[in-house]
Amino acid sequence: MTNRTSPTSEPTMSDGVRDPGGPAVRVVDLAKVFAGGVRALDGVTFDIPRGELTSIIGPSGCGKTTTLKIIAGLVDATSGLVEVDGTPVTEPGPDRAFVFQDFALMPWATVLRNAAFGLELRGVPRKEREETAREYVVKVGLAGFEDAYPHQLSGGMRQRVGLARALAVDAEILLMDEPFASVDEQIRRKFQEDLLRLLSEENKTVIFVTHSIEEAVYVSDQIVIMTRAPSQVSKVVRPGVDRSGGSDHIRRSPAYLDWVERIWAELQGYLET
Amino acid sequence: MELRGYRVPMAFSLLVWFALWEVIGRLELVSLIPPFTDVLLAFREVVPTADFVEAATITLQAFVIGMALSFVLGFGVGFAMGRNRAVGSLMGMWVNIFESSPLTAIVPALMALLGFGLPTMIATVFLFSVWVIALDTQVGVERVSSSLVEMARSFGASKRALYFQILLRAALPELLAGIRLGLIRGMKGVVIGQLLIAVVGVGYLFELYSRSFLMPQFWALLIVLFTFAFLASEAVAYFERKVSFYASSR
Repeated sequence: MTNRTSPTSEPTMSDGVRDPGGPAVRVVDLAKVFAGGVRALDGVTFDIPRGELTSIIGPSGCGKTTTLKIIAGLVDATSGLVEVDGTPVTEPGPDRAFVFQDFALMPWATVLRNAAFGLELRGVPRKEREETAREYVVKVGLAGFEDAYPHQLSGGMRQRVGLARALAVDAEILLMDEPFASVDEQIRRKFQEDLLRLLSEENKTVIFVTHSIEEAVYVSDQIVIMTRAPSQVSKVVRPGVDRSGGSDHIRRSPAYLDWVERIWAELQGYLET
Repeated sequence: MELRGYRVPMAFSLLVWFALWEVIGRLELVSLIPPFTDVLLAFREVVPTADFVEAATITLQAFVIGMALSFVLGFGVGFAMGRNRAVGSLMGMWVNIFESSPLTAIVPALMALLGFGLPTMIATVFLFSVWVIALDTQVGVERVSSSLVEMARSFGASKRALYFQILLRAALPELLAGIRLGLIRGMKGVVIGQLLIAVVGVGYLFELYSRSFLMPQFWALLIVLFTFAFLASEAVAYFERKVSFYASSR
């Protein structure tokens, strides 16, 4: 347990000027106490660099998802501040798109309509939004499934629809909440590779919550390691694994394995015994 | 239904029952049960009469107005209870009490209050049907997955869009079940109300026929009501089946 004395200290405001050179997202001294008195977050601070993929990893129940939902504007922080491009976050905005762990697809709507739903809510005319959605449905590898319904798809395919929906609104920041947790292992690896390939074309800032160390090291530019609840940031690391040699090469490279080991050592201290 | 490997249409079971009815009627065992063919003949006699047309009109009128009130208030209260925990616990107990209470008992009180006409019948239909609609709506709204709601919010849904595009659609299976059960209860309500009032509508005719031992007419009227209730509930059930594919995967 930590003994922070001032978890409710006033957040430090930046000057509020849009700074394209600065971090895409700043999380400053975030605290969250749930109704009922459970302290989930206790002074979480980190930056998300622009155009990179940052993973948040930590023991289960440590508030990774809560942090992500506060960044999304879906959950209010008890104290502290989240800034996107220098502007404090108070609610969801068009600069952020969310990918849900349980996909959150509308079961009564086709793949195409689901993928276009973000645009539909923004009032984009039908023809235009379906054109955009169709493009992303193809990009995530679901060509030919445009008119299928979610219950006709496997878990992995459903999450591809969730990804297409998030990409279609062309938000600068992609928030992914354990996107592969409900997808089986073999599909997950293929999906990770597809995700990296897609992201290299899209130039997004991605925040990726995961409980898999291997996944974090494999996909991330930066990894934020969190402690047990009430959580703080234990460490922020940049594995910088060389991705030039293909996935099999990466997963066997000493640098990759070394980073998995180091993060495991870091996390071990926070596991419940 | 299958009999010795042959597919038998459901209507066949009706035919069997009608045949049985005819036999029992012909045997003249019970004065309450006339032969089925007599009941069929009574249709021709009952349906064109001015009495019947008037009774059907006023019954339908009370039913439609009462149900409309039930839908508006039932959906409204149900949505409020499903979305807001405080409202849910505040209203939940009362709605449940009324849903399970023998409302027939308060119809005489309604009569004293509202008279022997349309208002009492409308009130009866409303009181019989509104609770089940509110409860089913509440269950439906509560079952909408929170991540679907978060999804809509995260993509910037307005309150209106959240209600009409997500909550209403996702809760549709329960809403339809509520509508179907509400319609059935409303039918019961209108008939029970009229029977107790005894001087208007279908209730008056039932009174008249049973008091005068006009059993074929009595049964003919009952079958008209059965058919109406059955068709109304089947029409809703048809839409229920259409949305059942996603009831389990929300």
